[in-house]
Amino acid sequence: MAAKQATPIAPCETLIDHYLPAPAVCDEMRTAQGEVRSHWRYLLDVLTQLGPAGLEERKREARRLIRDNGVTYNVYGDPQGMARPWELDLIPLLLRSEEWTQIERGLMQRAELMNQLFLDLYGPQRLLKKGVLPAELVYSHPGFLLACHGIEVARDRPLVMYAVDLTRARDGQWRVLGDRTQSPSGAGYALENRVVLSRVLPSLFRDSHVHRLAGFYRAVRRAMRTLAPRRHSASRVAVLTPGPSNEAYFEHAYLANYLGYTLVQGADLSVRDGALWLKTLERLERIDVVLRRVDDIWCDPLDLRDDSLLGVPGLVQAVRSGNVTLANALGATVLEHPGLMGYLPGICRELLGEDLLLTGVQTWWCGNARQREFVLQNLERLVIKPVTLDPRRRCIFCPELDPAALTLLRDQLQAHPERFVAQEYVPLSTAPVLLGNCIEPRPTVLRSFLVAEEDGYTVMPGGLSRVAADGQTLAVSNQLGGIGKDTWVLASEPERQETLLMPGERQVPLISQESDVSSRVADNLFWIGRYAERAEGLVRMLRIIVFNLTERMSLADPSTQTGCLQYLLRALTHQTLTYPGYVGEGAEQRMADPYPEMLSLITHADRMGGLPQTLKSLCQAAWSVRDRLSMDTWRVVNDIGVQLRALTDESSTELSEVLDELDPLITALVAFSGLTDENMNHNEGWQFLEAGRRLERGVNLATLLNTTLVPVTDEPEESLIIEAVLGITDSLITYRRRYQAGTRVGALLDLVFQNESNPRSLAFQLVQLERLMRELPRTQFQMGRTHPEKLALAALTDVRLAELDILTTPLPEARMRQPLQQILQRVADGLANLSNALTALYFRHEEQPHTLLSRYGQEEP
Amino acid sequence: MKYRITHVTRYRYSEPVSLCHNQAHLKPRSHKGQAVARDQIKIEPWPAVSREHRDFFGNRVNYFAIQQAHEVLEVTALSEVEVTPAALPPGHTTPAWEEVRDQLRHSSEQTGLHARLFALESPSAGFAPGVREYATASFRPGRPLLEGAQDLMGRIHGEFAYDPHFTTVATPLAEVMRHRRGVCQDFAHLAIACLRSLGLAARYVSGYLETLPPPGQSKLQGADASHAWFAVYLPRFGWVDFDPTNDQVPAEQHVTTAVGRDYNDVTPLKGVFYGGGEHQLEVAVDMERVADQ
Repeated sequence: MAAKQATPIAPCETLIDHYLPAPAVCDEMRTAQGEVRSHWRYLLDVLTQLGPAGLEERKREARRLIRDNGVTYNVYGDPQGMARPWELDLIPLLLRSEEWTQIERGLMQRAELMNQLFLDLYGPQRLLKKGVLPAELVYSHPGFLLACHGIEVARDRPLVMYAVDLTRARDGQWRVLGDRTQSPSGAGYALENRVVLSRVLPSLFRDSHVHRLAGFYRAVRRAMRTLAPRRHSASRVAVLTPGPSNEAYFEHAYLANYLGYTLVQGADLSVRDGALWLKTLERLERIDVVLRRVDDIWCDPLDLRDDSLLGVPGLVQAVRSGNVTLANALGATVLEHPGLMGYLPGICRELLGEDLLLTGVQTWWCGNARQREFVLQNLERLVIKPVTLDPRRRCIFCPELDPAALTLLRDQLQAHPERFVAQEYVPLSTAPVLLGNCIEPRPTVLRSFLVAEEDGYTVMPGGLSRVAADGQTLAVSNQLGGIGKDTWVLASEPERQETLLMPGERQVPLISQESDVSSRVADNLFWIGRYAERAEGLVRMLRIIVFNLTERMSLADPSTQTGCLQYLLRALTHQTLTYPGYVGEGAEQRMADPYPEMLSLITHADRMGGLPQTLKSLCQAAWSVRDRLSMDTWRVVNDIGVQLRALTDESSTELSEVLDELDPLITALVAFSGLTDENMNHNEGWQFLEAGRRLERGVNLATLLNTTLVPVTDEPEESLIIEAVLGITDSLITYRRRYQAGTRVGALLDLVFQNESNPRSLAFQLVQLERLMRELPRTQFQMGRTHPEKLALAALTDVRLAELDILTTPLPEARMRQPLQQILQRVADGLANLSNALTALYFRHEEQPHTLLSRYGQEEP
Repeated sequence: MKYRITHVTRYRYSEPVSLCHNQAHLKPRSHKGQAVARDQIKIEPWPAVSREHRDFFGNRVNYFAIQQAHEVLEVTALSEVEVTPAALPPGHTTPAWEEVRDQLRHSSEQTGLHARLFALESPSAGFAPGVREYATASFRPGRPLLEGAQDLMGRIHGEFAYDPHFTTVATPLAEVMRHRRGVCQDFAHLAIACLRSLGLAARYVSGYLETLPPPGQSKLQGADASHAWFAVYLPRFGWVDFDPTNDQVPAEQHVTTAVGRDYNDVTPLKGVFYGGGEHQLEVAVDMERVADQ
């Protein structure tokens, strides 16, 4: 089967030429007799009409949207690391409304059951006492958290968000493959799939009368509101993420944005007075509800795993005191025990007094002697699921094992039977996937989502379908992966358009979520400003240098030209701090042949201070505050990422070729600056970004002027240098207009050093910095000016009071403008101190918490 | 026997701690054979938040948070306890260990249900290599449960060296097995792992042991210590304690503060703090006999 993907797909007469479902499995589109089910016909017609070219175009469009929106999925252990683009198939999974109603009923019952099960296990444990469920099954599960026993659960709803993986068995009935109770992921991807698909196939989507998803997310918002311990409108919800390296970080940021909640990491939070607080720059903001995407055992180093750095010390106690609600409740992992499946019918009768509507796959828990006996006798035809919290441990398909591996498994199973669960092998139903310009059947799993409301559970009408990329059986795991599909529940009647912002709904004042910039976020924004400016400044300088190297060589006197170039190359090394470069040891050789060093700065992926490294840092900082950047800004960040890959991937040795790639890059960087300026709320977050940008530009300018204008040069060399500096500072046109009589150092300094209206002058940066420092948040106890404020003011005053005549006059015997050098050095030092002062005042994250245990054995007892 | 126990834990930090969250298992348990007359915990500096709850095992857990900057944290537990030795069934009259093991799986009342939890591995008392073999030597087929447990206790006492410099709170059982040395905590974990490897229920007991001065000398202040031992579950009777560090069945000189699967469940004092730099820890326990009024 795997080979299929490698062979080029032959063009086919019709869309479904290759559509031959395996006889032993159920297919979503074709009946066993080979007929297309009626609810698929319209879709097929539309796709056929589009034709191969039309399909190809839609596919490209979908890929572009996904890339632009930055939809990614990280895979643990992937050398590519972060941000692998999400894959979406153009063909949705179609479900008829009548069938969906059945599934929905089953899902709602199951959610209620799981909820009751949690309450019993962490409460009276009647099921264990009655023997409906073996105590050992529960007690041996690493997700059964003793610390959570007896904690009162808000509204008796520990299971707020719930997801179920389903497939259709051979008999046409839906079967549950697994339950997701910990912090179910995928709802954000489902929404994004819908957004993309409805844009790529708008008329098909409209005419198919698909159930809308927005209602589900409104239910999520309602649910969060009812869970708040303080029931007033200002209650505040945060989405807790493990951070940017988590597999589903995109979704955490996406959902936080879509629902209007603050995205936080453990280090942003603190427990005080028995309640949970967000540490913003000015004050502590109370958090009422946490939509938790950190696995429960990592949530509190005091009560749970003490080596966790992702959680918040004291959080369990805050929950126990009823001052904050976690959704889902801590301890919900135990409900994911695969062995529960076999006991659920009995539990359902016991807890709900009903028969279980949605059946799971046949399951045996090896901790039970009789079930273990059965498993050992039938091992070679079963699927084994290890009971573990480790997401990397996959299920084992015994039919694929050789005898030696089977023996080994048998031994492991007998040594620790309670750690293994066996399930019957259920071939997944297949659904059509568009490959090339044909569709083919591929195994499919549907993940459906539920949210708890006061009077029961609400089911998302649709869900996230996943198909195996290689056509082989999809290993159902906690991790997502594979190709995503939208899921369309076809309504008989068209539905009204809905968004989260329906006029009918009472709006939660979002203003309360405004001041939520934590130290971590401010720090990242500051560095985004610095890196973006650093990259832009570097590209501008590189362009001017290359221009001087190539275009001007023939025109000017080579020796003059060489002199000018040397200054510029030195400035390049100073600005990027890539010593020795053109300054230290071996500088002469590099000057003689400047190309390799420049090429290395532009293309070498790991060179500190080089262009790729700077861009990478920019992208990483942006990714860490993904939720703070607008869609358009994010699109530009993605562009920058693409340019970055282009720079480092191609092993081009020609500088001129590399140079061609710098033009789109500078466009993207300029667009980034413009968007952050125009599309970001000018609140404190933006102020830090802006401060970073101004500070970086100021430092670069001081360095540039110091390297190029401090040494006294003769005409015509001086003119060339002045022109180059004007080029780098983008001030050539203004200069020509203002100072028509030739080029002089004094005039240049007037424009790029002291002029407060030229956005590229040093004075301009300092004016902005001084203002920003004044406006940054401060504690109410702060008297007078802050340290950063004083530093900015000192540098600005220094520049304002400087006499240009004195600055430009070299000392008699020296060929250096020492007064200029001194003031530039002072400004550069002042700016470096300013950066440190900002860090000390605003970004000094509280130290990592430490754990201490008392110990025994000091004395002989 | 009546005791007055003073247990002082003092942390000194080289830099101020801005915030700390702590959890203490320091209040003695009340149960058959142990009556608690006084239990008090004094915390210095004054905690902003202080709460008590009962954990899954019925221990009293005290949570407290200090929200002011401090360089010294002092926690003093003051307890008064009366210990009456329980009458134990003679070892040879207890049921064979296999019988106990098989009964355990069907225990459904509260104590029995908990015992089933205590028959499973736990993070610090898991089935390290060699544990089961070590246990089997004391539990030959058909041997009465308490006889076997007594024998196991004696062997650990005789074959393992007490060495406070060898292990830390995090030394794995396998290391203890290999080097045959450790402290009371390690010996308790070892015995518990042995019993569990046979399918028996065993739990960790944290508390105090009275030490008596050598004849003719007066007792030194603070010379007593927090201590740990193990207990095995005997159906229809309950839990029976054994102290492998001293090869002794606890009677009048052992006071219980908390029970759990292993040390991690009942750490006497555990804290997470911000700041602080380097720290120094001092612990002093005094256990005085109190004459009957």
